[in-house]
This record gives sequence, structure tokens and C-alpha cells, in this order.
Amino acid sequence: MLNLHLYMAQRLTALIMAPLVIGHLAVMIYAVQGGLSVAEILARTQGSLAWFLFYGSFVLAVSIHAAIGMRVIMFEWLGIKGTLLSLISWGVCLLLLMLGGRAVWAVTFAGAGA
Amino acid sequence: MSETGEFLQVSIWREQDGNGHFESFQVPRRDNQTILDVVAWVQQQADPTLSYRFACRVGMCGSCAMMVNGAPRWTCRTHVQKVADDNRLEIAPLRNLPVIKDLAVDMDPFFDKWVAAEAVFEPSQTRDDPMPPINPQDPMRIAASDAIECINCAVCYAACDVVAANPDYLGPAALNRAWSLVNDSRDDGQDARLKAVSGGGGCHNCHVQQGCARYCPNELNPTLSISGLKRATAKSLLGWGQ
Ligand code: SF4
Ligand code: SF4
Ligand code: FES
Repeated sequence: MLNLHLYMAQRLTALIMAPLVIGHLAVMIYAVQGGLSVAEILARTQGSLAWFLFYGSFVLAVSIHAAIGMRVIMFEWLGIKGTLLSLISWGVCLLLLMLGGRAVWAVTFAGAGA
Repeated sequence: MSETGEFLQVSIWREQDGNGHFESFQVPRRDNQTILDVVAWVQQQADPTLSYRFACRVGMCGSCAMMVNGAPRWTCRTHVQKVADDNRLEIAPLRNLPVIKDLAVDMDPFFDKWVAAEAVFEPSQTRDDPMPPINPQDPMRIAASDAIECINCAVCYAACDVVAANPDYLGPAALNRAWSLVNDSRDDGQDARLKAVSGGGGCHNCHVQQGCARYCPNELNPTLSISGLKRATAKSLLGWGQ
């Protein structure tokens, strides 16, 4: 069930994700082709504000985009509506934010300088 | 119409007070026979209690739509030859609308949504003002013309899966009409209209799969109109004007 604001949030996050997905694929291909080890990758990401912002905004956009998509599926296919629908949608958003956020934090600032 | 000697095996939905079932009839097949001819034959020759709705019989009034072998059709202009499956026909009331009796559905929810979508002309001038000139080549006029030939048959409404899943969804016909009014330079109700199509049942729920356009007997494309509404509402939210 989409209104104008949810629709715009989903379109705008899609707009943000498109270049980030391409960037992520490029990074993966570079890392694999270059034969980078885990330690070498972490050496580049640890303490890097740029990588934190890159993957941080990716996770944020994914969480919002996916939660809105799930909201439509839950409404149209499972008949969930009203407050419960909003609660579950927010739950999906926060769960993705938490899981993705932890991963981003782990490769950027957690243990930085250690 | 000449008889062909063949018979059609016709299943017709019978419903009264919420209890429904299919009933079988054998109907003589004729050349150039329409689905409405078949239904009329059953009512006149086999069972006068069969209820159905029609008026013009020439594809103008939009009152004769039914589900035929699973697809929504305007029955007065649909030839048996085009849709019969090996001389078999299944005729049922239009999908997504409550049944009154047999093949007659209650169209109220369909038309209530036209009003809810502000798909109603709001004049900006009175009858005493001079007629404003409209250039037929104007892009807005062309967009309005593309959406205007709707006969309110609800075939698109029956074809739409989002209507089936979301009872609040305004549906392709009402939104298509709203779009033709967005392009009407004489209309003064744009703000209210864009707001009306932006809620939980509004244009943003459309999946863009064009079921409506595939079945519209007048070959309109409500999906295109709905995409126009999505653009117009997004622009007005971002303050980019029309
Ligand atoms: S394109 Fe949109 S309005 Fe048309 S049938 Fe699909 S969901 Fe319904
Ligand atoms: S848009 Fe087409 S299918 Fe829908 S009500 Fe109008 S004429 Fe019928
Ligand atoms: S009877 Fe009028 S459109 Fe079919």
C-alpha cells in the first residue's frame, strides 16, 4: 500500500542505490582480480570515512527501499494492514539497518587503530 | 444469422443472495454470434429468470461487461468465434465487483472511486464567460484526447490485480479519467485532484503491468495515464509545478 511519500522514498533510494551497486560490483571485481587478501582489504577500509559513507549510505538506502517493497508484498499478498503493517515495515527497515550497519562498522571503524 | 447446426456448451454463473453456482446450457451456434446474443438466447429461450445488464448493444454504453472464459469482455462486441474454447463458454459476472444477481454486478464501488479520485470536471469559469480557445495541437489537449474515449465499462477494473488485492485502490478507469482532467486547461480542481490520487489507494499503487490496457475494449492505456499522474504528483511534491 503506497502513498505519494512512500513512493517517492522508494524511487529516491533506488536512485541512490543504482550508482552504489555499480561501485560495489567494481570493487568486488577489483578485489578478486587483484587477489587481495582479507587483511589487505581491511587495511584499505579500516578507519576510512569514505568507505564508511559509501557502504553506510548503501545500507541506509537498501533498508528503506526493501522495507517499502516488503510492505507492499505483505499488504497485497498476506492481507496485513493498519498499525501492524507499519510496525512490521519499520521492523524490517531497522533489522536491515542493524545487520548492514554492523557489517559496515566492522570493516571501517571497529577496531580501527588496533 | 444462420444456424450452423453446432451447439455451444455454455456455463453461466447463477447467484442469488450470496449463493452461487455455474449452470449449463446448450445454445445453438450461429454465424457472427456475440456473447451477449448467447446470454440473451438463454434468457429468452431457456430460463427467463436469468439476470444480466445491457443497453446499447453497439459498444457505446459500457453496461454489458462480463467475464468470458476468465477474461473481462464487453459482451455485445465480443464474437463467440473469438473467445470460445472448442465450443465451450464460461460466462460469469465482472470480477472485483459485488454481484447483485447472476451476471449483474453492483457498479457503485466503481463509480464511487471516480468521485474519490476527483475525476470530476471542476469548471474554472461560468457559463457567462467566453469559451476559452483550445488548440487541438496543444500537448495537453493531445494527452487528454488519448485518455478520453472511456465508456465506463469497468473491464479494466475487473482485469486489475491491484484492485483485487487492495480494495481501496481507485483503479485504472478513475485514474485514467483523473489524468484526462489534469490535462484539461479549463479545469480548476488540480490541487484537490493530485491530493486525491496520492493516498493509500492512489496511483502510486499501480504495478504498471498493463492488464487494464490489454483488455480495454476502446484500446485506451490507463497505465500510461497513471504514469502521468505519478509524474505530476511527484513534481508537485518537489515544487516543480506541472
Ligand atoms: S497497470 Fe496498474 S491499473 Fe492497470 S491493471 Fe496493472 S495495476 Fe491495475
Ligand atoms: S478505460 Fe477502457 S476498460 Fe476501463 S472503463 Fe474505460 S473503456 Fe472500459
Ligand atoms: S450493451 Fe452497451 S456497450 Fe455493450
